[in-house]
Amino acid sequence: MTTSFRDIWVYLAASPLLALTLTLMAYQLGAFLYRRAGMNPLLNPVLIAVLILVAILILTGTSYESYFEGAQFVHFLLGPATVALAIPLYRQLHQLRRSGGAIFVSLILGSLTAAASAIGIAFALGGDRLTLVSIAPKSVTAPVAMGISEQLGGLPSLTAVLVILTGILGAALGPPLLNLLRIKDMRARGLAIGTASHGIGTARALQVSEVAGAFAGLAMGLNALATALLLPILWKLVFAG
Amino acid sequence: MLFYLTLILSCQLAGELLVAASGLPVPGPVLGMALLFAGLVIRGGIPEGLAEVGDALLSHLSLLFVPAGVGVIVHFSLIGTDALPISVALVASTLLTIAVTAAAMVFLTRLGGGRDDD
Repeated sequence: MTTSFRDIWVYLAASPLLALTLTLMAYQLGAFLYRRAGMNPLLNPVLIAVLILVAILILTGTSYESYFEGAQFVHFLLGPATVALAIPLYRQLHQLRRSGGAIFVSLILGSLTAAASAIGIAFALGGDRLTLVSIAPKSVTAPVAMGISEQLGGLPSLTAVLVILTGILGAALGPPLLNLLRIKDMRARGLAIGTASHGIGTARALQVSEVAGAFAGLAMGLNALATALLLPILWKLVFAG
Repeated sequence: MLFYLTLILSCQLAGELLVAASGLPVPGPVLGMALLFAGLVIRGGIPEGLAEVGDALLSHLSLLFVPAGVGVIVHFSLIGTDALPISVALVASTLLTIAVTAAAMVFLTRLGGGRDDD
């Protein structure tokens, strides 16, 4: 019996269908658990799906390459989805026009803080150069962060996981930190959480207030652009010689 | 539907071509996003069909990171050796970013006399 199961597994593992189906199933299980837990940021559906799939690959001895042959159909959609981020960004245009100057300066400061402090801390603690590049765009929404990481010679898949962890940290720790700092302005709260922790933080901000959610969404889109433009320059300045 | 999907893919393609031609250190899809955004500003609104396609793509945005995320399996050894720098940098940098951004925004809106709504 075990040999025939093995044969079936080998047959299925060779086609893209199995990897694709498993990816969708793992994600939906993650999304189900996340909703059941009252959208607790620690039970992030992506994190759950990644853990399930990693466990399956290890237990079955399947290589990442053969998994990716199927999963690439999902992965491909990251590009068009990034382009589509222009739509929610445009919906926040009136906010941009009204307090554009303050948003612009705060966002640039936040964007530089996110990248420089991540690189600086990891460097000070003896992180590998690959780790430094991969962690630098951690506050940017995943599709863009992966693109930046790849462009600078980092590991896009490591970046993807660090981005998700950053989102979870920001969503879980951001609101208590802002309370501690006595920052009550919903625009500032949203902008800060969106800049630091992209879409996962934005989803959390939306649960609290619509204004905070809108500013978080705006910050997520603008930070993607700001980091994509500024990080390569920052990186060259620091590691030129 | 199909027209707007084609439009989105065309923006991405144009972004990739611009990056390849100019050597700009920006991911192609980000330039594609900027192009689409500029188009929306010029047009002065979001066509209904585009909103439908875009929202469909974005409604399951987090699913799209899963295949890449599973790639950590390839980098377990690097994560193991750099566990300390990675975890400290993630937590400290995220907290610092939130504090700096929020404080700057509060300071600047007060400076500009902006209204505090909500």
